[in-house]
Amino acid sequence: MIDKIKNSTAAALAEVSDGATVMIGGFGTAGMPSELIDALIARGAKDLTIVNNNAGNGEIGLAALLKAKRVKKIICSFPRQADSHHFDALYRAGEIELELVPQGNLACRIEAAGSGIGAIYTPTGFGTKLAEGKETRRIDGRDYVLEFPIRADFALIQAYRGDRWGNLTYRKTARNFGPIMARAARHTIAQVNEVVPLGALDPEVIVTPGIFVQSVVAVPGARRQS
Amino acid sequence: MKRMDRNQLAARVARDIKEGAYVNLGIGAPTLIGNYLPKDREIFLHSENGLLGMGPAPAKGQEDWDLINAGKQAVTLLAGGSYFHHGDSFAMMRGGHLDICVLGAFQVSGRGDLANWHTGEPDAIPAVGGAMDLAVGARQVFVMMDHQTKKGEAKIVERCTYPLTAVACVDRIYTDLAVLDVTDRGLCIVEMVDGLTFDELQNVTGAQLLRAA
Repeated sequence: MIDKIKNSTAAALAEVSDGATVMIGGFGTAGMPSELIDALIARGAKDLTIVNNNAGNGEIGLAALLKAKRVKKIICSFPRQADSHHFDALYRAGEIELELVPQGNLACRIEAAGSGIGAIYTPTGFGTKLAEGKETRRIDGRDYVLEFPIRADFALIQAYRGDRWGNLTYRKTARNFGPIMARAARHTIAQVNEVVPLGALDPEVIVTPGIFVQSVVAVPGARRQS
Repeated sequence: MKRMDRNQLAARVARDIKEGAYVNLGIGAPTLIGNYLPKDREIFLHSENGLLGMGPAPAKGQEDWDLINAGKQAVTLLAGGSYFHHGDSFAMMRGGHLDICVLGAFQVSGRGDLANWHTGEPDAIPAVGGAMDLAVGARQVFVMMDHQTKKGEAKIVERCTYPLTAVACVDRIYTDLAVLDVTDRGLCIVEMVDGLTFDELQNVTGAQLLRAA
Protein backbone atom coordinates (compact mmCIF):
# COMPACT_ATOMS: atom_id res chain seq x y z
CA MET A 1 0.00 0.00 0.00
CA ILE A 2 1.32 3.41 -0.95
CA ASP A 3 1.17 5.83 1.94
CA LYS A 4 2.92 9.21 1.59
CA ILE A 5 1.58 10.45 4.93
CA LYS A 6 4.30 11.23 7.48
CA ASN A 7 3.58 11.20 11.19
CA SER A 8 5.44 14.42 11.95
CA THR A 9 7.00 17.39 10.24
CA ALA A 10 10.38 16.16 11.50
CA ALA A 11 9.87 12.81 9.76
CA ALA A 12 8.81 14.59 6.57
CA LEU A 13 12.04 16.66 6.55
CA ALA A 14 14.38 13.78 7.47
CA GLU A 15 16.16 13.71 4.10
CA VAL A 16 17.06 17.40 3.85
CA SER A 17 20.80 17.84 4.16
CA ASP A 18 23.37 20.66 4.10
CA GLY A 19 23.69 22.50 0.82
CA ALA A 20 20.23 21.53 -0.47
CA THR A 21 18.17 23.78 -2.72
CA VAL A 22 14.76 24.15 -1.12
CA MET A 23 11.71 25.81 -2.64
CA ILE A 24 9.31 27.25 -0.11
CA GLY A 25 5.78 28.12 -1.17
CA GLY A 26 3.85 31.17 -0.07
CA PHE A 27 3.28 34.77 -0.97
CA GLY A 28 4.04 36.71 2.16
CA THR A 29 2.58 34.45 4.82
CA ALA A 30 -0.35 33.12 2.74
CA GLY A 31 0.58 29.57 1.81
CA MET A 32 3.85 29.69 3.72
CA PRO A 33 4.44 26.25 5.27
CA SER A 34 5.64 27.65 8.60
CA GLU A 35 5.48 24.38 10.52
CA LEU A 36 7.63 22.63 7.88
CA ILE A 37 10.10 25.51 8.09
CA ASP A 38 10.18 25.13 11.88
CA ALA A 39 11.07 21.47 11.35
CA LEU A 40 13.74 22.47 8.84
CA ILE A 41 15.28 24.80 11.42
CA ALA A 42 15.15 22.04 14.03
CA ARG A 43 16.80 19.64 11.59
CA GLY A 44 19.80 21.95 11.42
CA ALA A 45 20.55 21.73 7.70
CA LYS A 46 22.71 24.67 6.64
CA ASP A 47 24.17 26.35 3.54
CA LEU A 48 20.74 26.11 1.98
CA THR A 49 19.65 27.81 -1.24
CA ILE A 50 16.07 28.96 -0.76
CA VAL A 51 13.58 29.80 -3.50
CA ASN A 52 10.60 31.86 -2.35
CA ASN A 53 8.77 34.93 -3.57
CA ASN A 54 9.87 36.96 -0.55
CA ALA A 55 12.59 36.89 2.06
CA GLY A 56 10.64 36.37 5.23
CA ASN A 57 8.10 38.35 7.22
CA GLY A 58 8.38 39.20 10.91
CA GLU A 59 9.75 36.42 13.07
CA ILE A 60 8.09 33.26 11.81
CA GLY A 61 8.69 30.77 9.00
CA LEU A 62 11.28 31.85 6.45
CA ALA A 63 12.27 34.86 8.58
CA ALA A 64 13.16 32.49 11.42
CA LEU A 65 15.18 30.27 9.06
CA LEU A 66 17.14 33.32 7.89
CA LYS A 67 17.66 34.49 11.45
CA ALA A 68 19.11 31.05 12.28
CA LYS A 69 21.71 31.69 9.51
CA ARG A 70 20.98 28.51 7.59
CA VAL A 71 20.61 30.19 4.23
CA LYS A 72 23.55 30.79 1.90
CA LYS A 73 21.56 32.14 -1.01
CA ILE A 74 18.01 33.24 -1.68
CA ILE A 75 16.30 33.42 -5.05
CA CYS A 76 13.25 35.67 -4.82
CA SER A 77 11.37 38.57 -6.40
CA PHE A 78 10.47 40.82 -3.50
CA PRO A 79 12.83 40.61 -0.52
CA ARG A 80 12.36 44.12 0.83
CA GLN A 81 9.20 44.52 2.87
CA ALA A 82 8.21 46.47 5.96
CA ASP A 83 8.83 43.39 8.13
CA SER A 84 11.81 41.76 6.37
CA HIS A 85 14.34 42.97 8.95
CA HIS A 86 16.13 39.63 9.33
CA PHE A 87 16.86 39.45 5.62
CA ASP A 88 17.78 43.15 5.48
CA ALA A 89 20.37 42.73 8.24
CA LEU A 90 21.99 39.66 6.63
CA TYR A 91 22.04 41.34 3.22
CA ARG A 92 23.62 44.54 4.49
CA ALA A 93 26.22 42.48 6.38
CA GLY A 94 27.05 40.58 3.18
CA GLU A 95 26.07 37.30 4.81
CA ILE A 96 23.56 36.18 2.21
CA GLU A 97 23.61 36.02 -1.57
CA LEU A 98 20.54 37.42 -3.35
CA GLU A 99 19.41 36.45 -6.85
CA LEU A 100 16.61 38.88 -7.64
CA VAL A 101 14.18 37.53 -10.24
CA PRO A 102 11.05 39.24 -11.59
CA GLN A 103 8.10 37.36 -10.14
CA GLY A 104 6.77 36.07 -13.45
CA ASN A 105 10.23 34.89 -14.48
CA LEU A 106 10.52 33.15 -11.13
CA ALA A 107 7.20 31.41 -11.83
CA CYS A 108 8.00 30.40 -15.39
CA ARG A 109 11.55 29.28 -14.57
CA ILE A 110 10.05 27.04 -11.87
CA GLU A 111 7.43 25.85 -14.37
CA ALA A 112 10.14 25.13 -16.94
CA ALA A 113 12.00 22.96 -14.45
CA GLY A 114 8.87 21.00 -13.59
CA SER A 115 7.89 20.58 -17.23
CA GLY A 116 11.25 19.42 -18.55
CA ILE A 117 11.86 22.56 -20.60
CA GLY A 118 15.51 23.46 -21.18
CA ALA A 119 15.17 27.25 -21.11
CA ILE A 120 12.68 29.99 -21.88
CA TYR A 121 12.67 33.24 -23.80
CA THR A 122 10.76 35.74 -21.68
CA PRO A 123 9.97 39.39 -22.49
CA THR A 124 10.09 40.32 -18.81
CA GLY A 125 13.24 42.17 -17.82
CA PHE A 126 14.46 42.95 -21.33
CA GLY A 127 16.48 46.16 -21.36
CA THR A 128 16.81 46.25 -17.56
CA LYS A 129 19.57 45.61 -15.04
CA LEU A 130 18.09 42.18 -14.32
CA ALA A 131 18.86 41.06 -17.87
CA GLU A 132 22.41 42.42 -18.04
CA GLY A 133 24.81 39.92 -19.57
CA LYS A 134 22.03 37.56 -20.58
CA GLU A 135 21.43 36.26 -24.07
CA THR A 136 18.58 38.01 -25.88
CA ARG A 137 16.68 37.28 -29.03
CA ARG A 138 14.15 39.11 -31.18
CA ILE A 139 11.25 36.88 -32.17
CA ASP A 140 8.46 38.22 -34.40
CA GLY A 141 9.54 41.78 -33.66
CA ARG A 142 9.59 41.43 -29.90
CA ASP A 143 12.63 41.22 -27.61
CA TYR A 144 13.16 38.35 -25.20
CA VAL A 145 15.70 37.30 -22.57
CA LEU A 146 16.95 33.73 -22.25
CA GLU A 147 16.33 32.38 -18.75
CA PHE A 148 17.06 28.94 -17.34
CA PRO A 149 14.95 26.63 -15.18
CA ILE A 150 15.07 26.74 -11.40
CA ARG A 151 14.88 23.25 -9.97
CA ALA A 152 15.17 22.10 -6.40
CA ASP A 153 16.02 19.13 -4.24
CA PHE A 154 12.99 19.78 -2.04
CA ALA A 155 9.82 21.83 -2.13
CA LEU A 156 8.00 22.68 1.08
CA ILE A 157 4.45 23.78 0.42
CA GLN A 158 1.22 24.39 2.27
CA ALA A 159 -1.96 22.86 0.86
CA TYR A 160 -5.44 22.49 2.34
CA ARG A 161 -6.42 18.85 2.00
CA GLY A 162 -4.34 15.88 0.97
CA ASP A 163 -4.63 12.12 0.76
CA ARG A 164 -2.16 9.25 1.09
CA TRP A 165 -1.37 9.27 -2.62
CA GLY A 166 -0.31 12.92 -2.34
CA ASN A 167 -3.25 14.50 -4.16
CA LEU A 168 -3.74 18.08 -3.00
CA THR A 169 -6.25 20.89 -2.93
CA TYR A 170 -5.48 24.41 -1.77
CA ARG A 171 -7.28 27.22 0.00
CA LYS A 172 -7.89 30.61 -1.67
CA THR A 173 -4.75 32.66 -2.44
CA ALA A 174 -2.63 30.33 -0.31
CA ARG A 175 -2.34 28.27 -3.52
CA ASN A 176 0.15 30.68 -5.19
CA PHE A 177 3.49 28.90 -5.82
CA GLY A 178 2.46 25.51 -4.38
CA PRO A 179 1.39 23.70 -7.55
CA ILE A 180 4.35 24.85 -9.66
CA MET A 181 6.96 24.23 -6.96
CA ALA A 182 5.55 20.74 -6.36
CA ARG A 183 6.47 19.92 -9.96
CA ALA A 184 9.94 21.45 -9.89
CA ALA A 185 11.41 19.62 -6.91
CA ARG A 186 12.77 16.11 -6.71
CA HIS A 187 11.01 15.67 -3.36
CA THR A 188 7.91 17.69 -2.50
CA ILE A 189 6.64 17.83 1.05
CA ALA A 190 3.16 19.24 1.62
CA GLN A 191 1.75 20.26 4.97
CA VAL A 192 -2.03 20.07 4.83
CA ASN A 193 -4.73 21.25 7.20
CA GLU A 194 -6.44 17.92 6.86
CA VAL A 195 -5.58 14.45 5.60
CA VAL A 196 -8.62 12.83 3.99
CA PRO A 197 -9.25 9.22 2.91
CA LEU A 198 -8.40 8.18 -0.62
CA GLY A 199 -11.35 9.01 -2.85
CA ALA A 200 -12.61 11.84 -0.65
CA LEU A 201 -11.12 14.52 -2.89
CA ASP A 202 -13.25 15.16 -5.97
CA PRO A 203 -10.95 14.20 -8.88
CA GLU A 204 -12.36 17.17 -10.81
CA VAL A 205 -10.96 19.62 -8.28
CA ILE A 206 -7.61 18.07 -7.37
CA VAL A 207 -5.12 20.84 -8.17
CA THR A 208 -1.88 18.94 -7.65
CA PRO A 209 -2.01 15.24 -8.62
CA GLY A 210 -0.07 12.97 -6.31
CA ILE A 211 2.64 12.19 -8.87
CA PHE A 212 4.19 15.55 -7.96
CA VAL A 213 4.14 14.96 -4.20
CA GLN A 214 6.34 12.60 -2.17
CA SER A 215 5.35 13.39 1.43
CA VAL A 216 2.23 14.74 3.15
CA VAL A 217 1.98 15.75 6.78
CA ALA A 218 -1.09 16.97 8.63
CA VAL A 219 -0.79 20.32 10.42
CA PRO A 220 -4.34 21.10 11.55
CA GLY A 221 -5.34 24.68 12.08
CA ALA A 222 -2.40 26.17 10.21
CA ARG A 223 -4.30 29.19 8.95
CA ARG A 224 -2.24 32.32 8.68
CA GLN A 225 -2.45 35.56 10.52
CA SER A 226 -1.18 38.77 8.97
CA MET B 1 -4.50 76.16 -10.86
CA LYS B 2 -5.38 73.35 -8.47
CA ARG B 3 -3.57 70.01 -8.38
CA MET B 4 -5.61 66.84 -8.06
CA ASP B 5 -5.18 64.94 -4.81
CA ARG B 6 -4.63 61.19 -4.82
CA ASN B 7 -8.31 60.38 -4.52
CA GLN B 8 -9.29 62.74 -7.34
CA LEU B 9 -6.57 61.22 -9.47
CA ALA B 10 -7.77 57.70 -8.67
CA ALA B 11 -11.31 58.72 -9.64
CA ARG B 12 -10.00 60.20 -12.92
CA VAL B 13 -8.22 56.96 -13.86
CA ALA B 14 -11.30 54.93 -12.89
CA ARG B 15 -13.38 56.85 -15.45
CA ASP B 16 -11.24 55.40 -18.26
CA ILE B 17 -11.73 51.76 -17.24
CA LYS B 18 -14.49 50.26 -19.36
CA GLU B 19 -17.06 47.59 -18.66
CA GLY B 20 -15.60 44.12 -19.03
CA ALA B 21 -11.96 45.17 -18.63
CA TYR B 22 -9.50 42.83 -16.93
CA VAL B 23 -7.40 45.14 -14.76
CA ASN B 24 -4.46 44.91 -12.41
CA LEU B 25 -4.06 47.80 -9.99
CA GLY B 26 -0.50 48.08 -8.71
CA ILE B 27 0.27 48.30 -5.02
CA GLY B 28 0.22 51.75 -3.43
CA ALA B 29 -1.78 54.63 -4.87
CA PRO B 30 -3.26 52.67 -7.83
CA THR B 31 -5.10 50.46 -5.32
CA LEU B 32 -7.29 53.51 -4.54
CA ILE B 33 -8.77 53.29 -8.05
CA GLY B 34 -10.77 50.29 -6.88
CA ASN B 35 -12.79 52.63 -4.65
CA TYR B 36 -13.91 54.71 -7.64
CA LEU B 37 -14.85 52.13 -10.26
CA PRO B 38 -18.42 52.89 -11.36
CA LYS B 39 -20.82 50.46 -9.69
CA ASP B 40 -22.76 49.97 -12.92
CA ARG B 41 -19.75 48.49 -14.74
CA GLU B 42 -18.55 44.90 -14.34
CA ILE B 43 -14.76 45.18 -14.17
CA PHE B 44 -12.53 42.23 -13.31
CA LEU B 45 -9.75 43.04 -10.87
CA HIS B 46 -6.75 40.72 -11.01
CA SER B 47 -4.23 40.26 -8.24
CA GLU B 48 -0.86 38.71 -9.10
CA ASN B 49 -0.99 36.28 -6.18
CA GLY B 50 -3.72 34.26 -7.87
CA LEU B 51 -7.04 36.04 -7.78
CA LEU B 52 -9.49 37.27 -10.42
CA GLY B 53 -12.70 39.01 -9.42
CA MET B 54 -11.22 40.67 -6.36
CA GLY B 55 -13.70 42.44 -4.09
CA PRO B 56 -13.27 45.15 -1.47
CA ALA B 57 -11.61 44.80 1.93
CA PRO B 58 -13.61 42.71 4.40
CA ALA B 59 -15.24 44.22 7.48
CA LYS B 60 -12.92 44.45 10.45
CA GLY B 61 -12.73 41.11 12.20
CA GLN B 62 -13.76 39.24 9.03
CA GLU B 63 -10.26 39.01 7.54
CA ASP B 64 -9.17 35.67 6.10
CA TRP B 65 -5.38 35.74 5.76
CA ASP B 66 -5.50 33.05 3.08
CA LEU B 67 -7.29 35.66 0.94
CA ILE B 68 -4.99 38.61 0.34
CA ASN B 69 -3.97 40.95 -2.47
CA ALA B 70 -0.54 41.70 -3.88
CA GLY B 71 -0.01 44.28 -1.13
CA LYS B 72 -0.70 41.47 1.37
CA GLN B 73 -3.86 43.17 2.61
CA ALA B 74 -6.98 41.10 3.35
CA VAL B 75 -9.52 41.26 0.50
CA THR B 76 -12.69 39.46 -0.59
CA LEU B 77 -13.75 37.53 -3.68
CA LEU B 78 -16.78 38.53 -5.74
CA ALA B 79 -19.33 35.95 -6.90
CA GLY B 80 -17.82 34.53 -10.10
CA GLY B 81 -14.27 35.14 -8.92
CA SER B 82 -11.57 32.48 -9.12
CA TYR B 83 -8.26 31.36 -7.61
CA PHE B 84 -5.27 30.04 -9.55
CA HIS B 85 -1.56 29.38 -9.13
CA HIS B 86 1.33 31.66 -9.99
CA GLY B 87 2.00 30.11 -13.38
CA ASP B 88 -1.53 30.92 -14.52
CA SER B 89 -1.50 34.31 -12.86
CA PHE B 90 1.65 35.45 -14.65
CA ALA B 91 0.43 33.91 -17.91
CA MET B 92 -2.48 36.35 -17.59
CA MET B 93 -0.05 39.21 -16.98
CA ARG B 94 2.74 38.38 -19.41
CA GLY B 95 0.56 36.81 -22.07
CA GLY B 96 -1.38 39.95 -22.98
CA HIS B 97 -4.62 38.87 -21.31
CA LEU B 98 -4.96 41.87 -19.02
CA ASP B 99 -6.49 44.90 -20.71
CA ILE B 100 -5.00 47.45 -18.34
CA CYS B 101 -2.50 47.68 -15.55
CA VAL B 102 -2.03 50.83 -13.50
CA LEU B 103 1.37 51.32 -11.91
CA GLY B 104 3.09 53.95 -9.83
CA ALA B 105 6.43 55.31 -11.05
CA PHE B 106 9.61 57.10 -10.05
CA GLN B 107 10.14 58.25 -13.63
CA VAL B 108 8.63 57.85 -17.10
CA SER B 109 10.51 58.89 -20.22
CA GLY B 110 9.08 60.68 -23.25
CA ARG B 111 9.05 57.40 -25.17
CA GLY B 112 7.33 55.51 -22.37
CA ASP B 113 10.25 53.85 -20.60
CA LEU B 114 9.21 53.11 -17.03
CA ALA B 115 11.32 53.22 -13.84
CA ASN B 116 9.39 52.14 -10.77
CA TRP B 117 11.21 49.34 -8.95
CA HIS B 118 14.54 50.56 -7.68
CA THR B 119 16.04 53.91 -6.76
CA GLY B 120 19.47 52.67 -7.82
CA GLU B 121 21.01 53.89 -4.55
CA PRO B 122 23.89 51.61 -3.60
CA ASP B 123 22.56 50.76 -0.14
CA ALA B 124 18.96 50.18 -1.29
CA ILE B 125 17.75 46.58 -1.18
CA PRO B 126 16.22 45.90 -4.59
CA ALA B 127 12.77 44.31 -4.87
CA VAL B 128 10.97 43.91 -8.17
CA GLY B 129 7.94 41.69 -7.57
CA GLY B 130 5.59 41.58 -10.55
CA ALA B 131 6.25 45.10 -11.87
CA MET B 132 8.36 44.04 -14.86
CA ASP B 133 5.84 41.39 -15.90
CA LEU B 134 2.92 43.82 -15.77
CA ALA B 135 4.85 46.49 -17.64
CA VAL B 136 5.71 44.22 -20.57
CA GLY B 137 2.54 42.15 -20.54
CA ALA B 138 -0.61 44.22 -20.09
CA ARG B 139 -2.19 45.49 -23.30
CA GLN B 140 -2.30 49.01 -21.92
CA VAL B 141 0.03 50.31 -19.24
CA PHE B 142 -1.20 53.34 -17.30
CA VAL B 143 1.04 55.20 -14.89
CA MET B 144 -0.47 57.12 -12.00
CA MET B 145 1.91 59.46 -10.18
CA ASP B 146 2.66 62.99 -9.02
CA HIS B 147 3.92 65.17 -11.83
CA GLN B 148 7.00 66.14 -9.81
CA THR B 149 8.94 64.75 -6.87
CA LYS B 150 8.49 66.28 -3.45
CA LYS B 151 11.64 68.32 -4.19
CA GLY B 152 10.03 69.66 -7.37
CA GLU B 153 12.03 67.60 -9.88
CA ALA B 154 10.32 66.42 -13.05
CA LYS B 155 9.28 62.76 -13.01
CA ILE B 156 8.54 62.80 -16.72
CA VAL B 157 12.00 62.93 -18.24
CA GLU B 158 13.85 62.71 -21.54
CA ARG B 159 15.73 59.61 -20.33
CA CYS B 160 15.16 57.75 -17.08
CA THR B 161 18.08 58.00 -14.65
CA TYR B 162 16.62 55.34 -12.34
CA PRO B 163 16.94 51.66 -13.32
CA LEU B 164 14.31 50.70 -15.89
CA THR B 165 11.35 48.42 -15.24
CA ALA B 166 10.63 48.02 -18.96
CA VAL B 167 11.41 49.76 -22.23
CA ALA B 168 8.79 51.84 -24.09
CA CYS B 169 5.89 50.20 -22.27
CA VAL B 170 3.78 53.10 -20.94
CA ASP B 171 0.69 54.12 -22.92
CA ARG B 172 -0.81 56.82 -20.73
CA ILE B 173 0.35 58.93 -17.77
CA TYR B 174 -2.06 60.35 -15.19
CA THR B 175 -0.56 62.97 -12.91
CA ASP B 176 -1.90 65.51 -10.46
CA LEU B 177 -1.56 68.08 -13.26
CA ALA B 178 -2.38 66.36 -16.54
CA VAL B 179 -3.23 63.27 -18.56
CA LEU B 180 -0.66 62.49 -21.27
CA ASP B 181 -0.58 59.89 -24.01
CA VAL B 182 2.71 58.35 -25.12
CA THR B 183 2.47 58.35 -28.92
CA ASP B 184 4.82 57.67 -31.83
CA ARG B 185 5.09 61.45 -32.26
CA GLY B 186 5.83 62.07 -28.58
CA LEU B 187 4.00 62.96 -25.38
CA CYS B 188 0.58 64.28 -26.24
CA ILE B 189 -1.53 66.28 -23.78
CA VAL B 190 -5.00 64.77 -23.34
CA GLU B 191 -6.10 67.15 -20.61
CA MET B 192 -4.76 69.49 -17.95
CA VAL B 193 -6.20 70.68 -14.63
CA ASP B 194 -8.17 73.92 -14.86
CA GLY B 195 -6.10 77.07 -15.00
CA LEU B 196 -2.85 75.40 -16.10
CA THR B 197 -1.23 76.60 -19.32
CA PHE B 198 0.80 74.56 -21.80
CA ASP B 199 3.95 76.53 -20.92
CA GLU B 200 3.46 76.00 -17.21
CA LEU B 201 3.08 72.25 -17.74
CA GLN B 202 6.06 72.13 -20.08
CA ASN B 203 8.13 73.91 -17.43
CA VAL B 204 7.65 71.12 -14.92
CA THR B 205 8.05 68.33 -17.49
CA GLY B 206 11.44 66.99 -18.53
CA ALA B 207 10.36 65.79 -21.97
CA GLN B 208 8.90 67.72 -24.90
CA LEU B 209 5.10 67.95 -24.82
CA LEU B 210 2.75 68.14 -27.78
CA ARG B 211 -0.48 70.12 -27.66
CA ALA B 212 -3.73 68.19 -27.74
CA ALA B 213 -4.49 67.06 -31.27
